[in-house]
Amino acid sequence: MPNIKELEDFVSQVRRDIVRQVHQVSSGHPGGSLGCAEFFVALYQEVMKRKEGFDMDGKGEDLFFLSNGHISPVFYSVLARSGYFPVDELNTFRKIDSRLQGHPTTHEGLPGIRIASGSLGQGLSVALGAAQTKKLNGDDNLVYSLHGDGELQEGQNWEAIMYAAANKVDNIIATVDLNGQQIDGSTDDVLNMGSVRAKFEAFGWDVLDIEKGNDMAAIVEGLKEAKSRTGKGKPVCILLHTIMGNGVDFMMYTHAWHGKAPNDEQLEKALAQNPETLGDY
Amino acid sequence: MKKFTNSGNIDTRSGFGAGMDELGKTHEDVVALCADLTGSLKLNDFEKNHPERFFQTGIAEANMIGMAAGMTIGGKIPYATTFANFATGRVYDQIRQSVAYSGKNVKICASHAGLTLGEDGATHQILEDLGLMKMLPGMTVINPCDFNQTKAATIAIADYDGPVYLRFGRPSVPNFTEKDGKFEIGKALHLVDGSDVTIIATGHLVWHALEAAEQLEEKGISAEVINIHTIKPLDEEAILNSVKKTRCVVTCEEHNYLGGLGESVAGVLAKNDPVYQEFIATNDTFGESGTPAELMEKYGLNTKSIVEAVNRVLAKK
Repeated sequence: MPNIKELEDFVSQVRRDIVRQVHQVSSGHPGGSLGCAEFFVALYQEVMKRKEGFDMDGKGEDLFFLSNGHISPVFYSVLARSGYFPVDELNTFRKIDSRLQGHPTTHEGLPGIRIASGSLGQGLSVALGAAQTKKLNGDDNLVYSLHGDGELQEGQNWEAIMYAAANKVDNIIATVDLNGQQIDGSTDDVLNMGSVRAKFEAFGWDVLDIEKGNDMAAIVEGLKEAKSRTGKGKPVCILLHTIMGNGVDFMMYTHAWHGKAPNDEQLEKALAQNPETLGDY
Repeated sequence: MKKFTNSGNIDTRSGFGAGMDELGKTHEDVVALCADLTGSLKLNDFEKNHPERFFQTGIAEANMIGMAAGMTIGGKIPYATTFANFATGRVYDQIRQSVAYSGKNVKICASHAGLTLGEDGATHQILEDLGLMKMLPGMTVINPCDFNQTKAATIAIADYDGPVYLRFGRPSVPNFTEKDGKFEIGKALHLVDGSDVTIIATGHLVWHALEAAEQLEEKGISAEVINIHTIKPLDEEAILNSVKKTRCVVTCEEHNYLGGLGESVAGVLAKNDPVYQEFIATNDTFGESGTPAELMEKYGLNTKSIVEAVNRVLAKK
């Protein structure tokens, strides 16, 4: 059994890393990053099978693809604190000559990143390709991916969703961050997608909800349940119900912090709510 | 002047198919993806002989490009195939982010490029693809001229690690380059020696350039013919060496003059050795329905127009 308390402490540090990265350069995307902090920590610290070090091919290990690349602060924090690159490098986020670009990329050779993302809607196709290669290679490890809910408005997703079911790509677990927010407002207001579950199911996916998407125990349990559903002829989708900005009270339940950095005072408030557990960079 | 023999008209896309069939046997990591155009891309043999390595994506090119990028992770060499229009313009952002910027070893293989697609008309006749692709950092852009060269290029790019755009076409055209000849990415082929004018041609226009050189020879004009199959990286040395001698250039391509081979050549000349240049290319226009020969005539992309362009550039020299 995982030590949920340890994982939650890890999340507290990741939240600090997120707001500190964004604050330092007065740019970046804290809202979605905070909402997915528990998911990333669960994935990298508990659920995914990972090899030591990093190689692009990732044979013999699980892979993860971030499709909604703008939540790079949480990705970078969890990668650094999972040993992919020095934690101090978080200091370079979005700065000139950095490997930590505004949106994740392979271009500067940052370990842990396997594809550039930022222009939305492309990650599921990439994950499917990697999953098909795993099958060709006789590699029975899994491919995980994360997508924003607003991002589902990009049509390429539905090409990929259709392909995955038709071709029984059952070694993939695609998670949708259902925070209900996008830049211009709530997803319901901007472009109401109706039932995301019904859509995935209609396309032939096995769908499960993690209703408490910011509850570590619920996430670990949900990911393990998803894992048990792989290899059964259907791609697996997790609908992760999260709260945007989770863990920083004034950033929660709003799209206002989608792409906005806290000022000095707001940073102090955010940090006060999230104790330093692993040591600040 | 050196003569080239047409061993029989055949489409360049069949050269692609033949190359894929061979790669299927020699390169176990080569996989093919196709967006509902298997027959048009001449991939039937590859599909039949290697069904486990053939991925039918349906009419969903964006997903095809993304999947191809993902398939490189784990060591596959994906050949993503469809018509040139759908392989470039339709999926530019997917190629830009998931393939080029991500540095993925994807081969984008595009048939039915240019006007010679014919009767289907302008919706399918892309004349902007070379420009779109050559502007992407790190993208290698290849436009072979006949069956033999297309087959050789198809095979050669498997051993090159990086993104490639390989462009070929639909109609049957003369097959005149060496059978199973060596294909060197980025290396121009010096076809005919000459001293009065340099004709630089790519793709279907290479045969027309050779015909033009013959006609010019009868009139006492000595034309040098260079086949640039790799638009990027461009063999600048071959261009500059020839121009040093001839002092004028005609570039020939089945593409818009904006963004094409001619513009790349002009850039090299402007920087190093400015000389007069004429462009055999479409003039910032869309195509239309018609037979390939009618279209090439109407839009000035044939032997006759190359001869005229040579006369124009010689008059300026």
